[in-house]
Amino acid sequence: MTVRIFLIFCVVPFALMADGFSGLGSNADGFVKPVPDAVFHFPADHGPHPDYRIEWWYLTANLTGPNGTAYGLQWTLFRSALAPGEAESWGSPQVWFAHAAITTPNKHFATERFARGGIGQAGVEVEPFHAWIDDWSMQGSDLNSLKLRATAPQFSYDMVLNARGPLVFHGKNGYSVKSAEGQASYYYSQPFFQIEGTLRLPEGDVEVTGQAWLDREWSSQPLAETQLGWDWFSLSFKGGAKLMGFQLRQTDGSIFSSGTWINPDGKTVSYSDGTFVAEPLAMSSVSGRTIPTEWLISLPEQEVSVNVTALNRQSWMDISIPYWEGPVRFTGSHEGYGYLEMTGYE
Amino acid sequence: MTRVCLGAVLSHWRHNPLQLFTLIAGLAIATALWSGVQAINSEARASYDSAAAILNDGQYDLLLPKQGNSIPQELYVDLRRSGWLVSPIIEGSLENIKLIGIDALTAPSGLGFFSIDNLTTILRPKAAPVLIANAETARLLRGRVKVQIDSTIAPGMAVGDIGVVQTLLSRNDLSRLLILPFQPMGQPKLESLAPELNLQPSGQAADMTQLTKSFHLNLTAFGLLSFAVGLFIVYSTIGLAFERRRALTRTLRSLGVPLRLLIKILIVEMLSLTLLGACSGIIFGYLIAGLLLPDVAATLRGLYGASIADTLELRIEWWLSGFLICFLGSSAAFTGRIWHIWRMPILESVKPRAWAVASRSSIRQLSFLAFILLGTALVLGIWGSGLSIAFAVLACLLIGAALALPMLVLLALNFTHGRSGETIQNWFWADMRHQFPGLSLALMALLLAVAANIGVSTMVSSFRLTFNNFLDQRLAPELFIEVDNADQSAELEAYLIERNVEVLPLLSMSRQIAGQPVRLFGVRVSRTYRESWTFLNAKADAWDRVEGGVAVVINEQLAHRSELKVGDLVEISADLSLAIAAVVGDYGNPKGQVIVSEEVIKNLQPDIYATQFGVRSDSPSSLRKQIIEGLGISSKNIIDQASIKAISMEVFERTFTVTRALNVLTLGVAGFSLLMSLLTLSDLRIPQLAPMWALGLTRRQLGWMELLRALALSFLVYLCALPVGLSLAWVLLSIVNVEAFGWKLPMYLFPLEYVKLGGYAFVAALLAASWPALKLMRTPPSILLKVFAHDR
Repeated sequence: MTVRIFLIFCVVPFALMADGFSGLGSNADGFVKPVPDAVFHFPADHGPHPDYRIEWWYLTANLTGPNGTAYGLQWTLFRSALAPGEAESWGSPQVWFAHAAITTPNKHFATERFARGGIGQAGVEVEPFHAWIDDWSMQGSDLNSLKLRATAPQFSYDMVLNARGPLVFHGKNGYSVKSAEGQASYYYSQPFFQIEGTLRLPEGDVEVTGQAWLDREWSSQPLAETQLGWDWFSLSFKGGAKLMGFQLRQTDGSIFSSGTWINPDGKTVSYSDGTFVAEPLAMSSVSGRTIPTEWLISLPEQEVSVNVTALNRQSWMDISIPYWEGPVRFTGSHEGYGYLEMTGYE
Repeated sequence: MTRVCLGAVLSHWRHNPLQLFTLIAGLAIATALWSGVQAINSEARASYDSAAAILNDGQYDLLLPKQGNSIPQELYVDLRRSGWLVSPIIEGSLENIKLIGIDALTAPSGLGFFSIDNLTTILRPKAAPVLIANAETARLLRGRVKVQIDSTIAPGMAVGDIGVVQTLLSRNDLSRLLILPFQPMGQPKLESLAPELNLQPSGQAADMTQLTKSFHLNLTAFGLLSFAVGLFIVYSTIGLAFERRRALTRTLRSLGVPLRLLIKILIVEMLSLTLLGACSGIIFGYLIAGLLLPDVAATLRGLYGASIADTLELRIEWWLSGFLICFLGSSAAFTGRIWHIWRMPILESVKPRAWAVASRSSIRQLSFLAFILLGTALVLGIWGSGLSIAFAVLACLLIGAALALPMLVLLALNFTHGRSGETIQNWFWADMRHQFPGLSLALMALLLAVAANIGVSTMVSSFRLTFNNFLDQRLAPELFIEVDNADQSAELEAYLIERNVEVLPLLSMSRQIAGQPVRLFGVRVSRTYRESWTFLNAKADAWDRVEGGVAVVINEQLAHRSELKVGDLVEISADLSLAIAAVVGDYGNPKGQVIVSEEVIKNLQPDIYATQFGVRSDSPSSLRKQIIEGLGISSKNIIDQASIKAISMEVFERTFTVTRALNVLTLGVAGFSLLMSLLTLSDLRIPQLAPMWALGLTRRQLGWMELLRALALSFLVYLCALPVGLSLAWVLLSIVNVEAFGWKLPMYLFPLEYVKLGGYAFVAALLAASWPALKLMRTPPSILLKVFAHDR
């Protein structure tokens, strides 16, 4: 999900970020850069890495209500550093922000929060695990069993998550390359969460159950200047296998892609550039833009060729940094559901 | 032909440079004071706007501490983590500069002035701390903190990141929290999360523009008065110029100049002269405003806590309004004259009529108009309400009085004339009556100026006397001590009680009472209160009832605004309504106040503590020393009676500096107007004086008589101005002040002051008349003789 880094500093001229990250093309700013063959330490690495420019705890879930209605849920906490390191009180260079959303077949609710580091308004602690911003939180004794909460003027949710599989590392043991020039991030996931809880919507409360996928990623210099935007897929197949794949669209029309095939037991196969292929099949008009909401996804090595369709084509995150993110379903060589994120469509 | 005609018309001014000067000066003076006042007002308005724009937090609900000015930062974080979307603001002073710190991340979008540049500057934590301020403030902050200059920031104010401002103020708390408009569902109740905070609904914060409106209206009224006085000069000069050119117009028309062309030429001439006058007036106005602005700024700071720039900017709104009013005024003066030429038969007699002879019928018309205006003033004064009506009363009163002047003076002259036996005396009075119409406009101006002076000085002196008494009542305790926290408060009280001194603890909180944001005070009713407070209106046992917790004392402002009177009930909280036992005068404070007993306020908020103490002591300086040494209370938190009184009086004096300055200027303008009228008349009067000279009166005698005449007229004007001025004072004290500030002031009379003012008016008239009189004394006999040679 490294491509999501793009979201924070390239997609929209968000004032703070635009300036704060304008130095990304260069790298002489004191931030630590990811290196290959790093060794992860847990639970410490579930916590923040303030010497890296950007980091997130990114959870998406496919849910089903009592009458079989499908829902999507998102909870994301971002950390973005204006300078490396940490400091006391308002002097902290760490800025936190978060997005939450619920998608129904015909509605999409999205909201966001912002916080300064150093004063306790937002942060992540590892033992016990606790990630929070304002009254939103993701907490539990460890990363395997969590409680999740978010509130907004129009919706809120309280969920319980339990991991039914191991952590999964993308790229080369968690070192995920993002461009031919070598931009990279640290990237691992917990794609095996069982999730249940209550969605509070304007129409009333809905009890839901389903599957959730948590991404952890941090980096300092993630994208090449020639990259326009990306399309990111997390797909869960009937039978328990999963696929994470993304493609970065570049200014010259070429594509850089990457994928991870995850077996039901958590064993992974990583695919380098060009193996994972995503082709738009149908476009929709979303918030004044034309956005592909139906895709043909193929991964020949795993004999995958599926048609991916958005549950709600209007899953537009209309917030400071707008983008498309919502639940999808797929048919074809395999069947299943998943999540799709698309950025950079102007 | 046009050029020749224009040359002929303009030659009048070349031959009469004094008239030209009078016209231009009249226009300039009229415009100067008006545009000066407008310049001050627009500067202040711009300052308020930019101050409001910095936070514009009036549009949001606010959380304020029920007590004190501090909110712990932890409380802010607790509120956020409980789902309350609030944004922190810290406000404090760094050597007279108001620092405002905000958190750009949680602030509602559109809060204040932030542009992309500002936002990133403000939020760059590891760079040097940065504030944003205008150039003047930046200069004051030089060397202490890096300042980014932004001219849109209000003067005396600097904005920065909350962390930077906290560091500069050596604080770690917050001043208030702004509640964002959209809140998430399922929040816990605010009262249980933060019982120590008060929610102030949006739109109830004191709005500077609203608060200072009355002050600026006062200034505007003064500007208008000065303009009116200036306009009298313009009107009389233009009248004179046209009258003197009757022969010229007849000749030009006889020579075949079309009437239309002549009219066009005259209009162009008048408009050009007006433009010249307006330009010089605006320059003068700018200078006057520049001189007065620092005092106005100090007044606004002292009275309302409003910061305005003390340097002027050339803003289009005020110089345009200067031009506009100058053109309007001069058009009003010359339109009638041009209309007269338009209607004049081509060969009408050009025999020089006495200039602007006000016939008995026209004086009758003026008097009738005066009667209507004065009647309107009376009706409005009795039945009208509102600040604008109050100023309408003032306008009707002043203009009505001015228009009534000719009739009154003529009546007086007829009276004296009938009573003087001697021939020369007889001639003196008859000639004065003859001369009067030519001077009437200048005398009206003098009347306005003297009346305004009497009125304003009565108001200021009454106010000063009342304010002084009021300070004596309110500042009875010898020492005033402020504490920072509850422990210090308790410690101080115990310490003082132990030493057997009378302690007057003051507990206070902000509250919404009777539809107004007011300050609620809890007092310990003691001998001092009973002995020194004078009520405007009260029940006999007012303090007993307050002490018993069954009644309140409210200030006059609140009583006026919420239409409350003694005996009415006011709702203090949902389950507590108390009767009003007394209404107390409270001057120099624009806001409402309610006073209850210590117990009542403690029931409302059990954890409240006294932040201020009044202390009675026979030896305040030694007690002060003991408190500083014994309790470690900072010396700057203890102030003695004399100093606090001095500070209050200083604010008061500065408040009226501007008023007094405008007053003096108005009197000066009136004197100038009289001088110009007498000078222009002096030439015209030669034919009337020559026969007297021929009959044996020396030029010296005639000169002295001229002087005496001016003094007699100015005395008459002064007599008329006295009642007008006192009425003006009454309107200012009883109507304008009530509407503007919510307090009514008792009116005191200051006869000595009035005698002094009469003296000034005499001196003005004497100065104005002495030059023409001297000129007359030195008129060569040949000129006087020529009168007979030219006799037609």
